[in-house]
Amino acid sequence: MGVQGWTALTVGLSFSLYIGIAIWSRAQSTKGFYVAGQGVPALANGMATGADWMSAASFISMAGLISFMGYTGTVYLMGWTGGYVLLALLLAPYLRKFGRFTVPDFVGERYASNGARVVAVVCALFVSFTYVSGQMRGVGVVFSRFLEVPVEWGVVIGMALVFVYATLGGMRGITYTQVAQYVVLIVAYLIPAAAISWTMTGNPVPQLGFGDTLVEGRHAGRFLLEALDHIHRDLGLPEYTAAFVPGKKGMADVAAITLALMVGTAGLPHVLIRFYTVKSARAARWSVMWALVFIAVLYTTAPAVAAFARVNLIDSLHGTPYAEAPEWFRTWETTGLLAWEDKDGDGVIAYSGDAAVNELTVDRDIMVLANPEIANLPAWVVALVVAGALAAALSTAAGLLLVISSSVSHDLIKSIWAPDLSERDELRIARWAAGGAVVVAGVVGIYPPGFVAQVVAFAFGLAASSFFPVLVLGIFDRRTNKQGAIAGMVSGLLFTILYIVWFRFVHPEAGADDWWFGVSPEGIGSLGMLLNAVVTIVVSRATPPPPAEVVALVDELRLPREARRHAGDGPFVDATRT
Amino acid sequence: MTDRTPDPRGYWRANLRLVSVLLVIWAVVSFGLSIVFVEPLNATRLGGFPLGFWFAHQGSIYVFVLLLLVYAFASDRLARRYGVD
Repeated sequence: MGVQGWTALTVGLSFSLYIGIAIWSRAQSTKGFYVAGQGVPALANGMATGADWMSAASFISMAGLISFMGYTGTVYLMGWTGGYVLLALLLAPYLRKFGRFTVPDFVGERYASNGARVVAVVCALFVSFTYVSGQMRGVGVVFSRFLEVPVEWGVVIGMALVFVYATLGGMRGITYTQVAQYVVLIVAYLIPAAAISWTMTGNPVPQLGFGDTLVEGRHAGRFLLEALDHIHRDLGLPEYTAAFVPGKKGMADVAAITLALMVGTAGLPHVLIRFYTVKSARAARWSVMWALVFIAVLYTTAPAVAAFARVNLIDSLHGTPYAEAPEWFRTWETTGLLAWEDKDGDGVIAYSGDAAVNELTVDRDIMVLANPEIANLPAWVVALVVAGALAAALSTAAGLLLVISSSVSHDLIKSIWAPDLSERDELRIARWAAGGAVVVAGVVGIYPPGFVAQVVAFAFGLAASSFFPVLVLGIFDRRTNKQGAIAGMVSGLLFTILYIVWFRFVHPEAGADDWWFGVSPEGIGSLGMLLNAVVTIVVSRATPPPPAEVVALVDELRLPREARRHAGDGPFVDATRT
Repeated sequence: MTDRTPDPRGYWRANLRLVSVLLVIWAVVSFGLSIVFVEPLNATRLGGFPLGFWFAHQGSIYVFVLLLLVYAFASDRLARRYGVD
């Protein structure tokens, strides 16, 4: 059986599994639909969070990006894991104790203001939509490369699948399909990584092989990273492990981007709501710990894959006559993701840090997808990687669609327009909203507006500068009131958007010397976050303190035990919860 | 357990201490060892890794996981000690 046959088989099997799980776990109530009945065990929720979090970008693009960035790739590695420390220490247990359905729910009640709730809904919708369209596009691209269906049909197949399990199962269906998707994606990531590590260094653990000596080729006997630095020097590129040398980002920028990604991670609504689905505040703490364990498995493997792929790519292509180039080179050339231009007319592929001499262009996205072929692994491994990439994209898309659906049906319709909506009607609207969101996301995936790719990179900065300070201060500072929160969210978001628009779209030619404090638009969310926090604190102190019920709510949130139930204890106590 | 009087204030103070200590370690490892001091640390090697590079690409992530494990255990203990579990 060839690559196509294996791919069709693994993709078909994994999709049937997801549908089966969705039918088994379909939701009957709004609580089931929004927060999976709040009965998900900490370990299962950790796994689901891992799949929810690790998107097409983590699975397909990240190792490739790191491969081209070397040390600087740490902004993604630390940025997308360190945020979970903030999430566990500052947010997750308290949001779970609050115990409602959405992030805008918390903002609306903590600040006793529908205005604040609406600002939060707008932020949640904006962040989630930019993010989800990228996922659907990823699904389409994977389908078109490996199953030879057009990109559009790939997106439609992905849409149909997410439609079934998101509208039928709601959060419960999504949670248990995500658990299955985590298993598929992590196995698909680890098998080729271990095989390549074994071939190159004789050590099957990529995290260790990464620091081991090469066993074959012209650098045999040298440490992998030493050889890589050496290869880079020879080609006129900055050394792979060097930190702030010319040609790489400066220290202030690396720190700012890392912080913006960390804080943005902790402020993303589709990640935050995962911690509403567990039994208690205590379970939320354990659940974040498990989530980070499951995420760390991929995130510590990715930099190893990046280094292996870098050595492999340069070694197998640089100085090789085009006529003798390996077979995978031709396959990927036809997709346009790999290109060779014979500048000096000698028929030999030359790779160089000097743009005038360099003849090879490599799209970063192919590093993970082409890796099994580059390393000569069997067809079923390639098929597994395809199923893994699809699992990563679909699980993230489903989590985002649920945020969009609950923002519309719960935050806008139920909480603001029609408070006396019955539960049955709310559930029906939630299903329609999820279905509608799938269709919109699919259309954006098929006809991507040019700015989507650029905007996705900034979704983190926007989440960092809007949500995070207001959520943390809402828990840790009793004096923060609604005037402060609204002023903070609006100023943080506006500052970040204006800085990005100014340096990215109005003056794209501006360089590091023009940036404030040497911080690029990618990292500006961290300054926006600080501005938001300062404005929130100052404005709160200049305006009347929040009402007594709100202060009581904050005091109650801070304790891990369930509230003692008394009738009339205010909006917080939910007597039906067990 | 014997009779414990819940002490919410004591619990919150102890919790803030715990969270502060863990956040300081988080900041030192990620922004200190992996970014600000990465170049001096790279002079030292850990097997085939320059040490600063290892923290930036591997070590910091292991430390993050450990921090959350400590937090989950320590929080459970605090909640029991102050009678708020």
